[in-house]
Amino acid sequence: MRLFEYEAKEAFRQVGLPLSPSGLATTAEEAAKIAKELGGPVVIKAQVLAGGRGKAGGIKFADTPDDAKSVAEELLQMTIHEHPVHRVLVEQRLEIQQEIYLGITIDRSQRRPVAICSAMGGVDIEQVAEAHPEKITRFWVDPILGLRDFEARNIAKNAGFEGKAMIQVADMLLRLWQVFIRNDAELTEINPLIVTTKGEYIAADARLNVDDNSLFRHKTLAERVSSGISEQTELEQIAQKAGMTYVELEGNIGIIGNGAGLVMATMDAVKYYGGAPANFLDVGGGATAERMSQALGIVLSHPDVEAVFINILGGITRCDEIAQGIVDAQPKLPRKVPIVIRMIGTREKEGAAILEAANIPFLDSMDTAAKRVVNFVSEVDSA
Amino acid sequence: MTILIDKKTRILVQGITGREGYFHTQAMLEYGSSVVAGTTPGKGGQESEGLPVFDSVIEAKEQFPELNASIIFVPARFAADAATEAVDAGIKVVTVITEHIPIHDEMRFIELARRQGSYVVGPNTPGIISPGQCKLGIMPAHVFTPGRIGLISRSGTLTYEVAASLTDAGFGQSTAIGLGGDPIVGMSFVDALKLFEEDKETDATVLIGEIGGSAEEEAAIYIKENISKPVIAYIAGRTAPKGKRMGHAGAIVSGKTGTADGKIKTLRKAGAIVIDRPIDVDEALQKIL
Repeated sequence: MRLFEYEAKEAFRQVGLPLSPSGLATTAEEAAKIAKELGGPVVIKAQVLAGGRGKAGGIKFADTPDDAKSVAEELLQMTIHEHPVHRVLVEQRLEIQQEIYLGITIDRSQRRPVAICSAMGGVDIEQVAEAHPEKITRFWVDPILGLRDFEARNIAKNAGFEGKAMIQVADMLLRLWQVFIRNDAELTEINPLIVTTKGEYIAADARLNVDDNSLFRHKTLAERVSSGISEQTELEQIAQKAGMTYVELEGNIGIIGNGAGLVMATMDAVKYYGGAPANFLDVGGGATAERMSQALGIVLSHPDVEAVFINILGGITRCDEIAQGIVDAQPKLPRKVPIVIRMIGTREKEGAAILEAANIPFLDSMDTAAKRVVNFVSEVDSA
Repeated sequence: MTILIDKKTRILVQGITGREGYFHTQAMLEYGSSVVAGTTPGKGGQESEGLPVFDSVIEAKEQFPELNASIIFVPARFAADAATEAVDAGIKVVTVITEHIPIHDEMRFIELARRQGSYVVGPNTPGIISPGQCKLGIMPAHVFTPGRIGLISRSGTLTYEVAASLTDAGFGQSTAIGLGGDPIVGMSFVDALKLFEEDKETDATVLIGEIGGSAEEEAAIYIKENISKPVIAYIAGRTAPKGKRMGHAGAIVSGKTGTADGKIKTLRKAGAIVIDRPIDVDEALQKIL
């Protein structure tokens, strides 16, 4: 899960990373009050769980508390990449001498954390990485030993820092490593780490993505997720609570299957025959009739869906449970659309009997089923 | 011959008294796998359906020195400890079925296994099967049949789909391995390709990849330089959009990396035959074998 900037900064504060004085506001009046307390020019930043905030106009400057009020008012009415802005962070503005990039993430192919440092930080770090890869220093950290002090110094030195600056940057990196470890981070980033004209180091922006699987160790974050504040859409959250994975897409054919790989292959098969998937829905392993019935409800809540393709390959999942779920869902479905079912594997015969008794047809080939569901939709469209 | 597991494999089930552990121990025994013992901390000295239960892996290993593989059904928050314990006790093949293990924990026990020379298969894997000899996993056995095709996959049910296509077409499998759906897994396509290349009774390998990460691209480089046997590949997730996680934590296209198209192109360049649908595996094999 991705944390808000102000949450990430709280994690930074706990390990002693230097931050600019700031306050969080939910109204324009609060923002003005904070600006007044801080004194002098401020920067006001929309708190949203989306990237590219600066380029979308989510970061603004204000010289006076009155300015701060009108700027905050504007930001609090914005929606950035579909995320409405509920809070703004008001921070003292800094006189910038240099922008540094520091980050730690996980390198999947090396199966290790990788620490990244560049003397050319700022919003264009990705372009720097492409155009001048030599300006980016990377170091793969031993996950058992962790990042050691001398390694941090070497990273800073390789990134071009010398003398006191090398020691300072290494110190920031070691603190960032603490953030990474303490929070089970998938990614944590200071971009930019600012060197002010007075020579102070300040973490101006903070990014922290926490591994969802570690939330049992992070109770406060787990509570925030369960309170419904997250990057997911409402249907995606409902599915997750029921133990399923649902991802909304842009087509008109609803997809339900068991197992992530199989569901993706099902989407691809629909596309292969000229159709467009409306969603990804994995009912998970060992789905019960109840879960299956819920899955159909979720898929049909998407108004664009004109037909549904259910593809089940029973392993741990039992076909009789799936069949029962499909039958149970019928009277509750919000609307009638063609449903094509492909079902093979564990307790296939029992499942078949249940569907036959309810007069619901099904197939045993994924390919035939994909073709059929695409045909249904093209008939609807041409009618 | 097969890879990783065969008739001589002696299995320890970690978490044997749990619901999943118990159920799949029965299924493995029914298949003919030699499950020897199990562990559940706090239940040492008990029995589970005639198998001895130990508190620790080391105690089980003392009593049964022949143990050379383990399978883990321990809940996510304790699974990393179980895997570490198995590696530490010198078990050579450690299969981690458990899903949702924190990624930091995974990095540590996978690194430990690398140092100790053990294979970690998974996490979040259906396991390994050498049809007719040994099943160290949770897959439905009936879709697999003994033969000479190696199968490597990042997904569970999709593996069964392809195995069923192979079996229907008369192509049995030497060994089928689920690498697991997590962003970080122990055994990689490259590790498995290497073992299949060395295996005299595997004629060709089928690789089932999906979007996310660069495991397929790394496999492509390895295929080009080191693999002489035919490789057939299928990549799931051509229709997946960027930035959306497709179920598996590992299946996400981030930026320009990890797309199905990129993987397909790279594999084709390396000489692999890339098929569009799982069902096409039959035709592809007919052509080359």
